[in-house]
Amino acid sequence: MSEQKHSWGMAIDLDRCTGCQACVAACHSENNLSVSDAESAAKGRAVHWIRVDRYYEGEFPDVRVKYRPVLCQQCDEAPCEPVCPVYATYHNDEGLNVQVYNRCVGTRYCGNNCPYSVRFFNWFDPVWAEPLPLQHNPDVSIREGGVMEKCTFCIQRINRAKDEARTDGRALKDGDVQTACVQSCPAEAMVFGDLNDPESRVSQMAKSGRATQLLGELGTKPKVFYLERAK
Amino acid sequence: MLPPTIPFQQVRGDLWRPLAGFSKRYSLILALLSAVALWGLIAWGYQIRVGIGVAGIRRPVFWGFYLVDFVFWIGISHAGTLISAILRLTDADWRKPVTRAAEAITTFALMIGGLFPLIHLGRVWLFYWLFPYPNSRLLWPNFRSPLMWDVTAISTYLTGSLIFLYLPMIPDVAQLAEHAKGWRLRLYKLMALGWTGSDREWHALERAMKLMAGIILAVAVSVHSVVAWDFAMAIAPMWHSTIFAPYFVVGAIFSGLAGLIVALNIIRKTMHLEAYLTPHHFGNLAKLLLLMSLLWLYFTFAEHLTVWYGNEPKEMNVFGARVRGRFSPEFWGMVIVNFVIPFILLGIRKLRSITTATIASVGILIGMWLERYLIIIPTLSLPRLAAASGRYSPSWVEISITVATFAAMAALYMVFSKLFPIVSVWEFEPHEEEQE
Repeated sequence: MSEQKHSWGMAIDLDRCTGCQACVAACHSENNLSVSDAESAAKGRAVHWIRVDRYYEGEFPDVRVKYRPVLCQQCDEAPCEPVCPVYATYHNDEGLNVQVYNRCVGTRYCGNNCPYSVRFFNWFDPVWAEPLPLQHNPDVSIREGGVMEKCTFCIQRINRAKDEARTDGRALKDGDVQTACVQSCPAEAMVFGDLNDPESRVSQMAKSGRATQLLGELGTKPKVFYLERAK
Repeated sequence: MLPPTIPFQQVRGDLWRPLAGFSKRYSLILALLSAVALWGLIAWGYQIRVGIGVAGIRRPVFWGFYLVDFVFWIGISHAGTLISAILRLTDADWRKPVTRAAEAITTFALMIGGLFPLIHLGRVWLFYWLFPYPNSRLLWPNFRSPLMWDVTAISTYLTGSLIFLYLPMIPDVAQLAEHAKGWRLRLYKLMALGWTGSDREWHALERAMKLMAGIILAVAVSVHSVVAWDFAMAIAPMWHSTIFAPYFVVGAIFSGLAGLIVALNIIRKTMHLEAYLTPHHFGNLAKLLLLMSLLWLYFTFAEHLTVWYGNEPKEMNVFGARVRGRFSPEFWGMVIVNFVIPFILLGIRKLRSITTATIASVGILIGMWLERYLIIIPTLSLPRLAAASGRYSPSWVEISITVATFAAMAALYMVFSKLFPIVSVWEFEPHEEEQE
């Protein structure tokens, strides 16, 4: 394999995040996520490839809430990958931690070994109330019951942007690919791009003094960078 | 008082007697156990049809009762093989009446334990994708995954322990074939492999049994190490521990011994083998059990002490939940039944008897099931990101399947003991100490 051409990454500015959850809604409609009812959500069966974690600081009434959108960190040393017995999850040559739904037999080991808890299991075949099936994204497969799924960094959008660039006979440039969550963030807290391109916005942000990696101390080499004010 | 020696004709008569006929009680219990086992099968069918979501597992607790049961039954399987292999290799004569009962536990417990990785699969109909065979996907399984090590280790162990159970049965079935009629004759004849009892055959059998004892010992240790690595290879808090492999092996032998003592006591009572399974045997097994209890305590203490001293926040979350949090009743209950009770009942010579050994063993079986529960559930409930933590409680499907496997184990054992003498006839000779 030649040198890695792209290394997709994301930067999230936590000082900008308002916790509005637009990213969550956008991800749901882009990636054909099942919509859970109240009962299964209470059971912890809801599927959100991106979620907004809330952390509270201080004592009531003097409380500050901190939001942190958490999605698959697309680790370069992903703990979920080696434990899968059937190669349903593996590292592709653009640094993505991809999930092959059709290979998955559902051991759920990857889910246990993900320190970020961003892997989701289809406990049943997915169902959507009418008319939701009409808005399914044709570029994204529907996952059957018994398989794992997780954030793909909107790989369908990456592929489409590459196709369009090839058709136009030009190289992919920064900003050509936007994931659904990035596109929908009203506070523009999220940026997506190629970490191999030193000029890209995401590379610049990842180099910023405010950049941190979630649980980076585990050596997972996550490719999502969180920017926050130093304390 | 026991007779000075039991004549061979009488030994054979006593040990063969349970094979003939069905008492009303036997049929009733077997029917009941089979019904419970069948209910478990129905529950599994329901789960396959509707989806694994009918179980109580949920993010982040992706593994629940099924994995607890898996580790538990694989642990029980160490009863036989390991104990009987060690005793065979060390030529411990007192082992002779207990080995077959132990080896049968191994085989059946493995069959049951080996089912759980299947039961817990999201898409069980594709389980064969875990086997390395040339396929249209042009893809081998991932041998870096501890689950693949499991598949390899458990299938090796099951094959090995079947052979290990079978070899010493050959002279017995050959004898049985001489006296049987009908389908029993055909079965025994087939299994005897034309055994005539020549010197050459005895030598070959003796060599094969010694060899298998050595092999199975290594395989048994490796199997439970691999089971431990299912957890220890993961970076989850309180799983990523270097001592898990030996800790699990010790726990497995511990629970296996307890299972053996309970089974032997039932066999002794129901088949009236009081003269063959004597207080001497139970005394020796009880001493072994006490030793394993102390070893288990040592490992448990070492494991928890290092976590507590290290004081790493994520590990302490799980530690706290176990020792003083919401899992503490299970934790301290486990310590009581796995250590305190056996230590009192078996450690004090005056109290040590068949009854107390059985009571302690039943407690240990519960305690060792709890131990696996305490290893799996708290860690998964409390992942590194606090916002993702969750609670697990089993559904009726998981409980049904768990209960059914105990019934299936008992039923298989009952059927086995109707087909073959549960105490090896040809190996049996009363031990000197019994001839008081």
